Amino acid sequence: MPMIEMKNVSKWYGAFQVLADCSTQVEKGEVIVVCGPSGSGKSTLIKCVNGLEPFQQGEVRVNGISVGDPKTDLPKLRAHVGMVFQHFELFPHMSITENLVIAQIKVLGRGKDEARERGLKLLDRVGLRAQADKFPGQLSGGQQQRVAIARALAMDPICMLFDEPTSALDPEMINEVLDVMVELAQEGMTMMVVTHEMGFARKVAHRVVFMDQGRIVEDDLKDAFFGSPRSERAQQFLSKILHH
Amino acid sequence: MNLDFAFLTPQVLSSYVLKGFAFSLQLTLVAMLGGIALGTVLALMRLSSKSWLALPAAAYVNTMRSIPLVMVILWFFLLIPLVTGRPLGAEMSAVITFTLFEAAYYSEIMRAGIQSIPRGQVAAGYALGMTYGQTMGLVVLPQAFRNMLPVLLTQTIILFQDTSLVYAIGAYDLLKGFEVAGKNFNRPVETYLVAAVIYFVISFSLSMLVRKLQQRIAIIR
Repeated sequence: MPMIEMKNVSKWYGAFQVLADCSTQVEKGEVIVVCGPSGSGKSTLIKCVNGLEPFQQGEVRVNGISVGDPKTDLPKLRAHVGMVFQHFELFPHMSITENLVIAQIKVLGRGKDEARERGLKLLDRVGLRAQADKFPGQLSGGQQQRVAIARALAMDPICMLFDEPTSALDPEMINEVLDVMVELAQEGMTMMVVTHEMGFARKVAHRVVFMDQGRIVEDDLKDAFFGSPRSERAQQFLSKILHH
Repeated sequence: MNLDFAFLTPQVLSSYVLKGFAFSLQLTLVAMLGGIALGTVLALMRLSSKSWLALPAAAYVNTMRSIPLVMVILWFFLLIPLVTGRPLGAEMSAVITFTLFEAAYYSEIMRAGIQSIPRGQVAAGYALGMTYGQTMGLVVLPQAFRNMLPVLLTQTIILFQDTSLVYAIGAYDLLKGFEVAGKNFNRPVETYLVAAVIYFVISFSLSMLVRKLQQRIAIIR
């Protein structure tokens, strides 16, 4: 059973179709990168995985549980599907430590000490132990995103979703975030990553999914994708993104 | 003009005015806390995608905001005995009316506050497995409340001034205390003057406080 399975997912905003018949899957321990031009539906697709975006047709299963089924306990499912956002979305009114423990306590029901210990351990891991008592606004973008990754990891996720995690960062901060993600990938975390960072894709992705106009145009093993993408659209995209 | 304030001794003030002053403060405080609580619920209802929640809340808020407060005070006072069969008392009636009325105004403030929070914050709450209630209670409302605190307090200053409207149903508030004293000592001009000064001093110092607060509570983003 794949960790994430999408079958013929379609979604419309009114008359406009944002996702058309999208099918793919992510096996346990697999890292897939989703790329494509802006407006191609990448972010919408990844938000369908944990039900942040509803879809009208098709099926999404995470660890065998159907996301679109109204009977599914979505909060319970999401508690174990980590998500990292483009704009970090740390809670600005809470300290870094509070950001790390709040969902552990309120959602998972962990004790305060246990949650704090787990949170600080992960903060250590992303190299930000010294910032524990600061507030998100006092950290740089790269630091905030690393905290956001730690916050997701604190929930002991079965897989991680990254929605353009480095797009809002200044160039010199991109690598500190990518380093954490590479490490995660190498440890065997199941990851679905929407990104334009082709260096990251080359390094750790198993497969690359290319989207255009709401469709999955390519779904290849990494080497095949970078070697010779079949569709002309993907070739154009790659040549633009790799040669500048 | 011949003004004489000599009759306003501490004893006169405490026997006529203190009770009324306490009631004005109590009315302001209860209507503020109750109004913000009810107003927050109304705001969440109005922002709901379910029309059976949004429409009644919108109707309630718009109705309350379209009727003069003094009429609401009067009508509630007159109607309740007709419905329940026994009078509620002017003070109790005023407390309930002000809470219900102010909720409409507080709800508009809270609605703006909730809408000022980026949608990504809600998504982040949900993505961590929080329920709607947890996302609102832990993530959105604390930020909305903080952003809106100065406006909420400004509304409360208006509320404090408006409490004087309970004269319509004869409740014994700050103004009434001075009015009674003025009648008893036949010095109405003096007592109304002092009353005005007291309303001014309280309202003005509160708005100074709001200004101070505004600078201090801004969340670092």
